[in-house]
Amino acid sequence: MSKTLYEKIFDAHTIVEKDDDYLLYIDRHLIHEVTSPQAFAGLEEKNRKVRRPDRTFATMDHSISTRSLALDACGPENHKQLRTLAQNCEKHGITLYDVGHKKQGIVHVMGPELGLILPGMTVVCGDSHTATHGAFGALAFGIGTSQVEHVFATQTLKQPRAKTMRITIEGELLDGITSKDIVLAIIGEIGHAGATGYVIEYAGSAIRSLSMEARMTICNMSIEGGAKAGLIAPDDITMDYLKGRDYAPKGQDWEEATRYWQSLYSDDDAVFDAEVVLKAEDIEPQVTWGTNPGQVIGVNTPVPNPDDFNDSVTKTSAVNALDYMGLEPGQLLTETPVSHVFIGSCTNSRIEDLRAAAVVAKQGKVSSSVTAIVVPGSVQVKQQAEQESLDKIFIEAGFEWRLPGCSMCLGMNDDLLKEGDRCASTSNRNFEGRQGRGARTHLVSPAMAAAAALKGKFADIRAFQE
Amino acid sequence: MTAEAQGFKAQTGTVCPLDQANVDTDQIIPKQFLTSVSRKGFGKHLFFDWRYNKGEPLTVNNDFVLNFPQHQGATVLLTRENFGCGSSREHAPWALTDYGFKVIIATSFADIFYGNCINNQLLPVKLSDEQIQVLFDAVAASSSVEITVDLQAQTVSCNEHEFAFEIGDAHKFTLISGLDSIGQTLLDEEKITQFEHARQTWQ
Ligand code: SF4
Repeated sequence: MSKTLYEKIFDAHTIVEKDDDYLLYIDRHLIHEVTSPQAFAGLEEKNRKVRRPDRTFATMDHSISTRSLALDACGPENHKQLRTLAQNCEKHGITLYDVGHKKQGIVHVMGPELGLILPGMTVVCGDSHTATHGAFGALAFGIGTSQVEHVFATQTLKQPRAKTMRITIEGELLDGITSKDIVLAIIGEIGHAGATGYVIEYAGSAIRSLSMEARMTICNMSIEGGAKAGLIAPDDITMDYLKGRDYAPKGQDWEEATRYWQSLYSDDDAVFDAEVVLKAEDIEPQVTWGTNPGQVIGVNTPVPNPDDFNDSVTKTSAVNALDYMGLEPGQLLTETPVSHVFIGSCTNSRIEDLRAAAVVAKQGKVSSSVTAIVVPGSVQVKQQAEQESLDKIFIEAGFEWRLPGCSMCLGMNDDLLKEGDRCASTSNRNFEGRQGRGARTHLVSPAMAAAAALKGKFADIRAFQE
Repeated sequence: MTAEAQGFKAQTGTVCPLDQANVDTDQIIPKQFLTSVSRKGFGKHLFFDWRYNKGEPLTVNNDFVLNFPQHQGATVLLTRENFGCGSSREHAPWALTDYGFKVIIATSFADIFYGNCINNQLLPVKLSDEQIQVLFDAVAASSSVEITVDLQAQTVSCNEHEFAFEIGDAHKFTLISGLDSIGQTLLDEEKITQFEHARQTWQ
């Protein structure tokens, strides 16, 4: 029987089938300081062990400082959480990439960098952006802390089968359009909960042409469309990225593995529960105007009027969003001043993202009314960027160059905005209060964020192309 | 799971009507409370940014429905579509249960949040837009109206209305049995071990 890629991976990991639930084997378990302590405590209460510490990898990212390597730099609570992670990893024999390690980074940046994520794997983490790893053709999804504990103890997870959605993007992207614009346009199209209950497979020539990093940006935001996971079938670009990485198979294993990986695609006649098709040429540089990622427009499009929406729920959401965001219907974002720019997060803090932002940063100075920070996703990204002198370009232009971490994506450290601040952010969530109570977040691509820093308001990146 | 062997029973209680769609987990429990290493004590921070006014010292926002005197002690949270979207933080159901909610009724839930509720003995009930409206109207007419949720029968009743709702068998079993889910899985430990032995070195 023909199968989708999702079904192939799901079936290959099913150990037991019971009612509508399947017991799935989990190949990789990534953990961080925020969602693991209660799971470790749960194990201990029951005198249980981590079944496969060799399949479990930890990093510190959410609540760390981006100005200092000291674990206590963000106060005693954060410090306690970080120390708890270190103690738990030590006790259970789990490899930890802690602050100061030369391979530490945001969990979804560091995992792929180390070659921990391979095609056909099941990957989980107590973090909703685990969907990122679907870029490798791995079934990767976020879980809650009770499930983290379940995976610790059993290396398995109970899961119902998801529905499948294929999003196909054919054609060529216009100049200056990045994968961030693609995924924001997709969410604008299907809506912020449009893929709830689904696993998305991204397909089509525009997707195939993307680098691994760009693919990760797309899969990362699958959750912002409500999806459980996003997948892209592995190909030569995937293999090239993986070859030689720390945990990627070597020698004979590599040969065997790649042969298997080549079988990981949706069969021609596989049936998806839903199909969405977009034309690459139609995608413009995107900016969110509201308080969920589905409230998004092309940079030159006026802010919508709530009356333009037919159903009452969308209308009410729009009214509330405009109120929170301090915007008027019809207002142009290109005339709307920003006070802050954040380039970072597991969506857009990889080397290509920083290169794209640097191309723009080179063309001017950060506006005097803007505070702009660049936070690389990992120590490896930071070092690579410094080798390419991107740090100098940023600093020269007036950006701050920080240490790796989640930073202002969620502000569990001191990178927080104040009420009324307006931020062009390369992160993934523009929820109320996400970057600080009363702060206003607009999601954009790295190049668009850099352009906003220079102009002091949103700008069409196409005016900055070299 | 802390609620071991205390399975979900039929539940009757008053209602807190939160008339909003797309309530995300950042709203349910904001980031500044995620530094705790315990599962307890999140109830007082539930819906923090809506529940308290800005600035110091902390004062209660009397315009937020959770703070209305007539909704104190409610065990059912009535809301709209896509409840619990965003971050996977289980701190969200921990905050809701610690506050005292036992049931959440919404048109739809985000996937991860839904699973997190099941693992915390918090029953997520999906009803249609029309049914939800009937319930909102009933609460608007009388804030002391009670809703009864019978998980075994999969029904919600309020005044003369009774609505059936869907829930997967496995989820229903988890809630009703209140059994330790890890212990259940470990009954299949041998199969897990066999599966592991059949893996390739590179898998
Ligand atoms: S960068 Fe943001 S979205 Fe990504 S893992 Fe960190 S907090 Fe979560």
